[in-house]
Amino acid sequence: MDHADLAAVWLTLKLAIVVTALLMIIGTPIAWWLARTRSRLKGVIGALVALPLVLPPTVIGFYLLVAMGPNGPVGHLTQSLGLGLLPFTFPGLVIASVFYSLPFVVQPIQNAFEAIGERPLEVAATLRASPWDAFWSVAVPLARPGFLSGAILGFAHTVGEFGIVLMIGGNIPDKTRVVSVQIYDHVEALEYGSAHWLAGGMVLFCFAVLLALYTWNPSRRQTL
Amino acid sequence: MSDDIRARFRVTRGEFTLDVDLALPGRGVSALFGHSGSGKTTCLRAMAGLERAPRGYFAIGSEVWQDEAKGLFVPPHQRALGMVFQEASLFAHLSVRRNMAYGQKRAAQRAGQRALPEVAELLGIAHLLERSPGQLSGGERQRVAIARALLAAPEILLMDEPLAALDWKRKLEILPYLERLHSELSIPVIYVSHSPDEVARLADHLVLLDQGQVVASGALNQVLSRIDLPSSFADDAGVVIEAHVAEHEADELTRLEFAGGKIYVSRRSEAVGTRLRCRIHARDVSLTLLPQVQSSILNCVAATVIDLAPTQTPGQMLVRLDVGGDPLLARITKRSADKLGVHPGLALRAQIKAVALLD
Repeated sequence: MDHADLAAVWLTLKLAIVVTALLMIIGTPIAWWLARTRSRLKGVIGALVALPLVLPPTVIGFYLLVAMGPNGPVGHLTQSLGLGLLPFTFPGLVIASVFYSLPFVVQPIQNAFEAIGERPLEVAATLRASPWDAFWSVAVPLARPGFLSGAILGFAHTVGEFGIVLMIGGNIPDKTRVVSVQIYDHVEALEYGSAHWLAGGMVLFCFAVLLALYTWNPSRRQTL
Repeated sequence: MSDDIRARFRVTRGEFTLDVDLALPGRGVSALFGHSGSGKTTCLRAMAGLERAPRGYFAIGSEVWQDEAKGLFVPPHQRALGMVFQEASLFAHLSVRRNMAYGQKRAAQRAGQRALPEVAELLGIAHLLERSPGQLSGGERQRVAIARALLAAPEILLMDEPLAALDWKRKLEILPYLERLHSELSIPVIYVSHSPDEVARLADHLVLLDQGQVVASGALNQVLSRIDLPSSFADDAGVVIEAHVAEHEADELTRLEFAGGKIYVSRRSEAVGTRLRCRIHARDVSLTLLPQVQSSILNCVAATVIDLAPTQTPGQMLVRLDVGGDPLLARITKRSADKLGVHPGLALRAQIKAVALLD
């Protein structure tokens, strides 16, 4: 592995960590709302969140590129705030990845919240816990397996993305060139040896992640 | 009385309407009794604030928790109440001790509030404190849930069929603890149940609910001895007599005494002087005009007829009797009533064929 490979690995990890952290912050309230609401909007929001599961990454990438571009609404905003344009930057890549991996985080957490049901929160209320208190002291600890699954899936999915990176991030060393893109470059250049190192590493990494997910998680949670 | 509980709720859910207006005593156990679908659980949840009844009113003494006419609704977590649900619903991620402490550390403590070890002792769970809820039996879990509710310094304890999810053995395991609470608690308890035995054993005040309406509300025996209740309650009619153990006699019988006389039952293990509640079904009481005759029926007490009414079963009558100030019900046929000439004021003897001791 040369310097460019290591830089790609580091960038990939950095991207996945930042995206996962953001997804936990953004995904948790969405999951909570979806799990508890009786609003008719639930279907619409649920479908929107799930869209990246079925859309080709290029489609999402394309629209994000348009939106964040110099003539798009997001582009106008970032420019007027003096932030410049987001496409082909690390922050742009982070935003795109958050959209793309959102369902992988929201759905496990939402399922966990739904499995808890109404009762423990009612019990908490009769024990003087405000809704905010009950959320942190009861709902979150009981939904821990869901948070773990969501974090692992969100992280792994971000590590594995390719299409959206190409659309939004391009291929700029140290800025947006992640492992999957680096492998593509190696193969294009017929450097199969280098490609093997990275690709094999990805296979091992993803296997380890999924193994951890399946062995730890078969929920030891008892609903009482 | 100033410390009375007032509850007015009207909740409509599809076909079902709960419409109650209750005044309950500020101490002792008030049972909400009714068949499933009678609205008793909905009523309890409305008291807790878990259901919001539009135009509802709920107050304990001078403390008003809901008065929709004034736009007042105190959310459940700001009400000083304890609630025990049908399933223990312990927090699976916390130990028994931390489950019990959950409400305790969030509640404003009152003067005279019991400490955790004392409550654990009271409910016989002191040896379980470090366990996780998954390691407890159903009966133990429910006792922890009761302890947890008590530690939240409640001004009222709401219990929603706390024994319904348990088998008979576990019920027997918990009932003595509930009776202990009954005698030791100074706060009112609202106890929802569809089990006549539980009600007879624990309640001081009884509310009968049927299809969302209050059928009767009053002191336990006052309600139980009514002869005008709908058939869904009348079929199981009977009163509760509070007696004490007078003597264990030689031939394996124990003599109980109550205001109206003495009753013999099979030998009991309780010490002389212990107070016991027993339930006497109307169908187990027959009437005779003769003084104690030769009969295999041991228990025969002097009684005076208060009134009588036909039941919804054709040909059957319910007769309300006074035995030394306690009420007693007898279910007899119309023919017997005519033959004996049963009328209010008539002095006769009531033969009691069976006594159900509540334990």
